[in-house]
Order: sequence, then structure tokens, then C-alpha cells
Amino acid sequence: MSVSRREFMRLLAMAGAAGMTVNSSVFGDSGVEYDLPSFGNLSLLHFTDCHAQLMPVHFREPSINIGIGDAFGQPPHVVGEHFLKHFDVARGSAKAHAFTFLDFEAAARKYGKVGGFAHLATLVKRLKASRPNSLLLDGGDTWQGSATSLWTHGQDMVDACKLLGVDIMTGHWEFTYGMDRVREIIDEHLSPIEFLAQNVMLTEDASFEGKPAFDEESGQVFKPFTIREMNGIPVGIIGQAFPYTTLANPRYMMEDWSFGIRDEQCQEMVDVVRADGAQVIVLLSHNGMDVDLKLASRVTGIDVILGGHTHDGMPKPSLVNNAGGKTLVVNSGSNAKFLSVMDLDVRGGRVADYRYRLLPIFANLLEPDPQMASFIETVREPFKQQLETVLATTETTLYRRGNFIGTFDQVIVDALMEVRGADIAFSPGFRWGTSILPGDPITVEHLMDQTGITYAKSTLTDMTGEMIKLVLEDIADNLFNPDPYYQMGGDMVRVGGLRYAIDPGAQMGKRLSDLELNGKPIDPVRTYKVAGWASVNPQPDELPDIWDVVAEYLRDRKVIRDMIPNIPKVKGVASNPGYAVLK
Amino acid sequence: MKRRIFLKGSLAAGTIAVAASAGLLTPTRVLASAWPKAAFESETEAEALQAFFGTSDVEQSDQVSIKAPLQAENGAVVPIKVMTSLENVEGIAICAIKNPRPYTTSLRVSGGGGGLYSTRIKMGQTSPVNCYVKAGGKLYMASQEIKVTVGGCGG
Repeated sequence: MSVSRREFMRLLAMAGAAGMTVNSSVFGDSGVEYDLPSFGNLSLLHFTDCHAQLMPVHFREPSINIGIGDAFGQPPHVVGEHFLKHFDVARGSAKAHAFTFLDFEAAARKYGKVGGFAHLATLVKRLKASRPNSLLLDGGDTWQGSATSLWTHGQDMVDACKLLGVDIMTGHWEFTYGMDRVREIIDEHLSPIEFLAQNVMLTEDASFEGKPAFDEESGQVFKPFTIREMNGIPVGIIGQAFPYTTLANPRYMMEDWSFGIRDEQCQEMVDVVRADGAQVIVLLSHNGMDVDLKLASRVTGIDVILGGHTHDGMPKPSLVNNAGGKTLVVNSGSNAKFLSVMDLDVRGGRVADYRYRLLPIFANLLEPDPQMASFIETVREPFKQQLETVLATTETTLYRRGNFIGTFDQVIVDALMEVRGADIAFSPGFRWGTSILPGDPITVEHLMDQTGITYAKSTLTDMTGEMIKLVLEDIADNLFNPDPYYQMGGDMVRVGGLRYAIDPGAQMGKRLSDLELNGKPIDPVRTYKVAGWASVNPQPDELPDIWDVVAEYLRDRKVIRDMIPNIPKVKGVASNPGYAVLK
Repeated sequence: MKRRIFLKGSLAAGTIAVAASAGLLTPTRVLASAWPKAAFESETEAEALQAFFGTSDVEQSDQVSIKAPLQAENGAVVPIKVMTSLENVEGIAICAIKNPRPYTTSLRVSGGGGGLYSTRIKMGQTSPVNCYVKAGGKLYMASQEIKVTVGGCGG
């Protein structure tokens, strides 16, 4: 039986309150201000990495986000109390809940859910009314991350973003729907949203075979930039897709396309856009924040980088010096939990001043937009029964985000080991995946929030101890290499069964030690059964999908209690502001 | 020039090499004098340089530059461009240091040309890739770390 329109609106309005009456008074003088005074002569609104979360959610920020080398103690590598101190956020406030993991369960109950496209739409409309000269930019990871996005091949999010009024986007997980679907969306469904990426090139083979590209001469697959006149001022926006999509995700899904940071080409684009008359240059980036900070120090002429990928909600921009001047670097968090507002004052052909706010979207403080709420209801209607199917309940907070492992990942690796009969389990270090509070049911929708990808087969592999260590070292280097250009912006692979110690500051190949299984050292020459999922190589159809594996486990368990995440022993981080010890 | 036409042209020019590697031509006969067998079979970089250039005495030079990915999208075909502003170039070679046989590719340049050399090499693992240019009787090099990852863990 489906809920009525009025009932749906009521449910959305109280989405955050966990059954309590909506009460915005708990926010008090929280400093969450949505009616921002306007400033300057044009504005950029930005959200990123919403991971297809149309409904309000809980999302626990990381307690471990270690910065190595020059990144030590620098944004985004500050967590918990260090975060509050660095950004001057009041302990216990609504903002502290939005930006940090501190006191997560109590704060989540007090302040309610975050995000939701209907609530985001209300805020966007309000800001656009006070800022007639504004653009809404989407940093990508928009079409993936929920059941409905997977089941509609991204269509629900394409339509939601058009309704929201997105002007321009770039991408990463979008590409995992495969080249044909990406082309189909861009060519047939996406308009008027422009999809920009300066750094995706046709491979030489694909070029020789005459595969389509936006610019046959340069080989750029997508339109690299656009110039929009706002308040009489030409603004150039350049797109930067995730540079390591073909490494972090299956290359066979996008085999005609070659990615990469391509910062020299980015400089060429900046110069071209500037020569075309742009007075403001914006990079809409899915590089990840550390890569953006390095790129900002090398490429000159960019005024603002609106960044995503690493899911860092940063209340203030980082100001980076380079040979040509200064660049502001912003990262706008994830899960539709935040909206960035960058007001620019452009005078004499250049940016003279700015005001920036990263606004947390509290579902209890914003009325849902009726039009968007109605659209979301329509999207969910055909899948309602599946989405709401309860698999188990949890007595502990379930979450994913963090450098090593979260409690929901622990459920996944435990399920893999038990259901697939493995000694050890690996689960990828994705940064998306929503959180569930104690006492809440775990639904199919929650499970798909953690696993909804287009290459979800669960694998079972024989690996030697030596191979296991090699793989872990390799992935650790993608996370902790001191040079951001060698990082991939994911977290460490989640590991079940196996215990280990890690020294993030050590050299490649020397970070891991003390690998143990059931109290015994891992034998380099012995073979172990390792279960995993999300392999970047093609897998046979007959393998089970990860959601079926985890659903079987959850149905069998009925109640999830006391999940202790298998966090490794982390060396050399006692004073690292990106590392908090959980009590 | 259109990129596609240029690519067709460059592939056509490369057919000798393709034919050679496909066994259509017998390198040892056709290219007998040019095939640097000893260099390709060397297990160290120094041996390979000695075999091809006649010296392993090399100095770093900022007149040699490399354009290659920091992280290879596919270790089996890693695109590399070696560029040099040195004059009187006699030869160019590329070594992937951690390959079991580091010497991956080389060419001799006659008539004292300049240098822009583009190729693809195969890499077994993350390694420094050294590019050598012999010019005016001396050997110069530049190096870049290229990561070959098992990947699969992006956010």
C-alpha cells in the first residue's frame, strides 16, 4: 500500500526526527543560517558526491583521516576535536554534528537527518532568489550510491538534478554505467545540464577506430569548459573528472577513454578560457582535496576550485599560492549533506573579494520542496516494497567512513567470510555509504546504500600470504603516498579475519607488519581463501552479488550487536590531528 | 592536422616495427646490425647501457624531459614520450628499472637530429623509468616514477 502525497510530505518533514515531533528549537543559536546576506556580483552554488541520496540520511564523518608529509594536520586531515579547534566550531553544536563524528548517536537524535533533495531544493531556491546571478554546480558522484539510482541506471538522479536546476557537472562513478549509457544520458537526457571534463581523452586505439569525441582534434571525449555570462561578467568553468577512474573502477567499462590529472592540459584550458575573455575561472573538480591543493600550487590563473571526491566537508576554503597568484580550494562534503555558497565580487576584470559558507542541510530546519518531494515519491513508488524490506535490526551505530574500516564494513566482511566460507575478506575502501542509528531496522535500501554498484559480484580467490601483503601495501600506498598525485582518494581496503599493523608514514612496501590470522602469523607461501567484491576485472555472471551475500547474513543474524571494527594497529599517529582514538 | 589522420600516419610509419615483432620479418636478419640483443637481454641497467651506448657513465639533465602517466592505466602498455632540447642526438633508450630485464626500447638517430620519441612500454610493477639520450658523445638522463597499481579502491 502506498502512502498518500500528504503522508509522504509529513514523513519527509519529520525525516530527521526519528519519530519525534519536528522541533527546530533544539538548534538554538547554532550558527546554521540559511538566509545569508548576499555579497558581490555573482555566486557559485556547489554540491558534490551526493551519491544519489534523494532522501535525508544520517552520515557519520570520519574519526580517522590521516594526513602524511605536508598534509599533516592540514585540512582536510583534521578530525573530531582537532577539527573543532582548527575551524573554530562550538562543541556540541549542530555544526559540530554536521562536520565531525563527535557524540554521533546523541547528536544525530538531537539534530535529526541531513540532506535530502527536497530539502536541498528548498535551500537552492532560497539562495537563488537572493542571488539572481548564480550557477549551481555539481561535482559528480551523483548517479550512483542508492538502490533507485542503480535500478534506474542513473535516470532518477539525472531527472532530479534537472529539477534541482543544476547548470554544470563533472563525473566519476557516472562512468561505471559504461560508455554507452554515459553517452546516452549526455546526448539524450542531460540537457540543459552541461557535462564537462577536460582530462578524459580517447585512447589512441579508439581514436583510430573513429569512436566519438567532443573534440576530434584534441581527443577530448567531453566538452572541456564553458563560459557563462553572469551579471555581464564572463565566467569560465572547466571540468575535471576523477583522474584515476580507470584504476579505481573497472577499466573495461570505459576502455575507449583515458583519464589522468593532466595538469599541463588544465593550464592550457585556463589560458584559452582567459584569452576568450573570462574574468573568473572556476575548476569544477573531482580530483579529491589533496590533489586539488597540489594542482592549485602548479596551475596558475584559477580563481576557485570547487572540489569533491574525498568527501571532505570543509567550512573554510584553503588559499593556495602559485606563480600567478592565489587559488581558493573548496571541498563540499558528500551525501547532499552540504551546499557550498561562494559569493564573488568581481571588479576591474578580476576577483577582488569573496565570502564563502558551507551550509549543512538539516532536514529539520528546511521545509521539503513540494515539487521535488513529489518527484522523489514518484521515483520510489515502483520499488517501495523492496526498499522497505527489513533484513535485521541494529543495536549499534552502523557507518562506513574512515581510513580503515567502519562498523557497516565489518558487517560486510563478516558476511563474506561466513557466507562464502573464507579465511579472510576484503571490502573496498569506498567513502560513500550512509549511517544507521541503534534501534533502527536495516532495510534493503540501507544495504544498497553500501553496495549499489554495477560490478557487485562477490569473488572467492586463493591468495598466498605474500600476495595478500603485496595487495594491502599497494592499496595503502594509494592512500598514504606523500605525493597527492599518486593518491587515489579512496580509503584502505576493509579487511576481515586478518589483523595487521600499519605505519602510514613508512615507504611503499614497508608500511604493513604483524599480519596475523587467528593469532598466527600469515605464512607468505601458504594459500588462504579470500572473499571480496567489486573486482575491477570482469567476473562470471553466476557469482553471487554482494547484496545477496550480506542480506543472507543479516536475515540469519536478525540483530546486529556490538560491532567492533577491525581497525589495524596504526603506528606513528599519536599526535596526528587526523587520528582520534574511539572510547 | 587532424589527430585521427596524424595517428593513421604514425601507425603506418610504425609498421616496420609491428611487422618485426609479429615475426613477419626476422629481426636478426633484416636488422642484424641494429638489433641490440645484448642490451635487451641485460639484467641490469648498467649492462644494458654499456651494450647499447658503449658507456654507462650518465648524468642527470634537465634538457631531457619525460611525458608519461604518474599511474599507469594499464601496465601492459604504458605510453611514454621522451623529449630533448640537446643537439646532435645519437640515440635514445628507456629502462624500467624494476622489470626483470629493464631495457625496454631504444633507437639510434642518424644525421644529428633533435629528439621527440614516443612509444609504449610494458611494466611489471611500480618502478622508476629512466630515459637516456646520447648527444655529442655524452649520455644524459631523466627519470620518473610510474606506478603500476592493482587498484580497485577509489572513493
